Amino acid sequence: MIDEVDVNGLPTRSVSRRTFIKGVIAAGATASTAGTLFRASGGGLFAATALQGTAERLLTLNVNGQQRRVDVLPNETLAMTLRYKLGLTGTKLGCDRAECGACTVLVDGVNHYGCSILTHAVRGRSVTTVEGLQDPETGALSPVQQAVLEGGGFQCAFCAPGFLMSMTALVTSTPSFTRDEAASALSGNLCRCGDYNKILDCAMRAGELARSV
Amino acid sequence: MATIRDMMPAFELFQPATVEDAVALLAEHGREAWALAGGLDSMDWFKDRIKRPRVVIDLGGIPDLTGIQERGEGLDIGAMTSLSAVAADERVRSRFQLLADAASQVATPQIRNQGTLGGNVSQDTRCWYYRSGWPCYRAGGNTCYASAPQAMNREHCILGASRCVAVNPSDTAPALVALDATMDVRNRRGTRTVAAEDYFVGPAIDITRMTALKPGDLLTSIRVPADWAGARFYFEKVRDRGSWDFALVTVAAAFRTAGGRIDQARVVVNGVAAYPVRLHDVERLVTGAPASEETAQAAGDLAVQGARPLKYNGYKLALMRNLVRRAVRSAA
Ligand SMILES: Cc1cc2nc3c(=O)[nH]c(=O)nc-3n(C[C@H](O)[C@H](O)[C@H](O)COP(=O)(O)OP(=O)(O)OC[C@H]3O[C@@H](n4cnc5c(N)ncnc54)[C@H](O)[C@@H]3O)c2cc1C
Ligand code: FES
Ligand code: FES
Repeated sequence: MIDEVDVNGLPTRSVSRRTFIKGVIAAGATASTAGTLFRASGGGLFAATALQGTAERLLTLNVNGQQRRVDVLPNETLAMTLRYKLGLTGTKLGCDRAECGACTVLVDGVNHYGCSILTHAVRGRSVTTVEGLQDPETGALSPVQQAVLEGGGFQCAFCAPGFLMSMTALVTSTPSFTRDEAASALSGNLCRCGDYNKILDCAMRAGELARSV
Repeated sequence: MATIRDMMPAFELFQPATVEDAVALLAEHGREAWALAGGLDSMDWFKDRIKRPRVVIDLGGIPDLTGIQERGEGLDIGAMTSLSAVAADERVRSRFQLLADAASQVATPQIRNQGTLGGNVSQDTRCWYYRSGWPCYRAGGNTCYASAPQAMNREHCILGASRCVAVNPSDTAPALVALDATMDVRNRRGTRTVAAEDYFVGPAIDITRMTALKPGDLLTSIRVPADWAGARFYFEKVRDRGSWDFALVTVAAAFRTAGGRIDQARVVVNGVAAYPVRLHDVERLVTGAPASEETAQAAGDLAVQGARPLKYNGYKLALMRNLVRRAVRSAA
């Protein structure tokens, strides 16, 4: 279910993904996709936004616990939306080809390459970026952030946000893990400075910190 | 490969919620439509502007395509089930460890979290001439750049070449062939069931496709029958680096043994042809034979008969021979 918020920030009704087929036109602002299957479930999503003229493109994304309203092209990747529409430039783009891990973000707590997932595919799911690791109320660092701060695990640190997200997925899904398990959990992130040993030290320390809270 | 970091070219996106709607959309848009699963193969093509579908149909919102159902001892795996979910599933691990091993060695954790079993078996070849947009046979042209005299073809095929020398890159494909899996394929006219062995096609059958899927087809589920549940399995993937890498050669094998003798066998090798190669002759040779070093040696020798290396991939012959030997030895 997607909790829709209209343009004024007022919640409207929930729309189930199961009940509609969505057609999005990249170039146009037209609401109807001529000659294609198009079925809206009694208004809801479309009624709330049709007046805007970009009905199908206006999404509400759950990013770092906030509902963010954003105009998304059908061919836009999540990393693009986060960096260039939502200003969350902590997420890096290295290869843009699922080959480096710099763009790693969490979708429903699971690590994904932001460069290789369509933003439209994460509607109704919760996205976490490196900006969302800190406790929004107290400002406290997460166990992973604390461990990296203490251990100084990176050199240039371009790879750091991606590694922090994979570490977060690891410590939140696995209560205790070995160094080998940490290495395989982080094997989808590359570090060109080759700082792997210190990065693994941080992952192990993050595990300890997570267990102690 | 040129890396372009701007937007992918535009397409029209559909996010159907049911299999029926997905099939209707695929039928309606025919050759202009592209089914999008995890997108990890698809998006490379789009970003490089080599394949430019007008319509993209995202299968991610169809609950019926995700999940693993039991069918007796067998399992029906929805095409959109992630590779991580396949690798972690207790039933897959206890009955068909071969498939769990294969799925857990694909690429990286992030790719397994998003990549699907259906996408993994339907992915296109990684021949870099083809993937860089060269107008080769597979792309509808009239030459193969990978077998030209100057070509770099260390990763290409040693078996089954027919003008094109590309290989199948999937890790789960040989495991599914070894397990006698079948694929359910749906289109507007109905559902057909294709044996895994026939799902993967070589260039002699269709030079522009890797699978039996035609425009309008939707792979809905992969069925692993009970036959090999709990058998002895051997999976080994050899690659240049321990993460992220496609296989150079992979072997997937299943055995039933009794008293040191092999009663039933499946031996499948990938990375050597455009399709996972089931070694029927080797299976016949080892069936009824003792699971001995002698059998293993003979199996390895037989496996590579007829193999024809290209300029830079002669090592694949030895690799394939030795992997088949190791598989047979594991039955002892
Ligand atoms: C850097 C990198 C490294 C990789 N390394 C490996 C590796 O070591 N081993 C390995 O096996 N794979 C590897 N892969 C491939 C990876 O496993 C992908 O997940 C897989 O190729 C495609 O799966 P997907 O779900 O992302 O599908 P997509 O990319 O979305 O789809 C792939 C193709 O299958 C078609 N398709 C998908 N699902 C269906 C369906 N249900 N019905 C009809 N057609 C369908 C699509 O139209 C498309 O043509 C790698 C990929 C990358 C990017
Ligand atoms: S930018 Fe996504 S993996 Fe490199
Ligand atoms: S610290 Fe420089 S890339 Fe990792």
